[in-house]
Amino acid sequence: MGKKPESTFANMVIRLLIVVIVAGLALGVVYTQTYDVIAAAKKKKLEKAIGNVVPAFDSLKMVKVMPPTGKDSLTFYKAYNHDSLVGIAIDTYTDKGFGGRITLMVGFKPNGTIINTAVLEAKETPGLGSKMAKSKSNWSDQFSGKNPATWKLKVTKDGGDVDAITAATISSRAFCDATLRAYKTLKSYKGLK
Amino acid sequence: MNEQLKNLTKGFLKENPVFVLLLGMCPTLGTSTSAINGMGMGLATAFVLMLSNLVISLVKDFIPDKVRIPAFIVIIASFVTIVDLLMQGYLPALHEQLGLFIPLIVVNCIVLGRAEAFASKNTPWASLLDGLGMGLGFAFALTVLGSVREILGAGAIFGLPLHIYPTDVKGSPITMLVFVLAPGAFIVLGYLIALVRKINN
Repeated sequence: MGKKPESTFANMVIRLLIVVIVAGLALGVVYTQTYDVIAAAKKKKLEKAIGNVVPAFDSLKMVKVMPPTGKDSLTFYKAYNHDSLVGIAIDTYTDKGFGGRITLMVGFKPNGTIINTAVLEAKETPGLGSKMAKSKSNWSDQFSGKNPATWKLKVTKDGGDVDAITAATISSRAFCDATLRAYKTLKSYKGLK
Repeated sequence: MNEQLKNLTKGFLKENPVFVLLLGMCPTLGTSTSAINGMGMGLATAFVLMLSNLVISLVKDFIPDKVRIPAFIVIIASFVTIVDLLMQGYLPALHEQLGLFIPLIVVNCIVLGRAEAFASKNTPWASLLDGLGMGLGFAFALTVLGSVREILGAGAIFGLPLHIYPTDVKGSPITMLVFVLAPGAFIVLGYLIALVRKINN
């Protein structure tokens, strides 16, 4: 065991500085090395989510659209197959979740019928609100094939047509809120073709 | 060598960080909602604990006493960020499950606790073993806690349904939901601590 250096001012400043510089350099190296890999992994995840909610497509067009309500714009991914619009995947969100913001990918047919939904990011309670994800339960299947023009996007407790998840009404409400935001934005959007 | 073996095994029962030292309660209660979550968090913590213990023990004679805590925190936070970045890039599926909890490792007092109580006074080899043992003990505790909560609260283990509960009209099991929520974590932890005390005595 060597002798500990004295806690003089110069010693403390210089040695702490060295520790921070080494740590900073190490982080910089790892960050630049993993930057492309992380971006690729995120892109793959996004494309997979889009593929899950719209029919097969051969090209995508991305547009940012401001919703009638809410503060952030939604991202529309317009899916084309042989130059005809087959579906619109909308990256939508709600801030009404039990565990904060929830982001969903909702796929619509051009006439507004819901094709499918997928949870992108949620911090809902495991075993309760987390059942909104396809991997955890088939709860969200009830949205597929429904058109919100005739099918009220609200839980039955609030007078709508959606069966809430048992013991997770708040999460269910939030899910409806996000889907409804996507639908309303789609209806207000003029560039559909 | 006997001493080193003790460094490795003491983390499981005699000095288990969760059941005996009662360190790192926040991630313990927050992430042990299911067996797999608890195990993932425990193993990620074990990895960081091992590396940070080793490095801190290597640089302990370089750091003046008065600034040792900031230096330790910088080292720990760097390792956590590196683990986070590597997981995002190479294990995106696992990161999706645990991403939320990884930054929490920095504030887990067990990591800083072992740095201060053990690594800053012992050799690198002993510190590495201590970190590994303590980390695995932490992972073990979280897995046990998560398993009990998952069995009671969701009627499943590692995501596999056990069919121990009656089902409702829709076919989903009627479970004791409280065990998945925070109060259930305290109840289970209390009983497990009592059990470990009994074994250790």
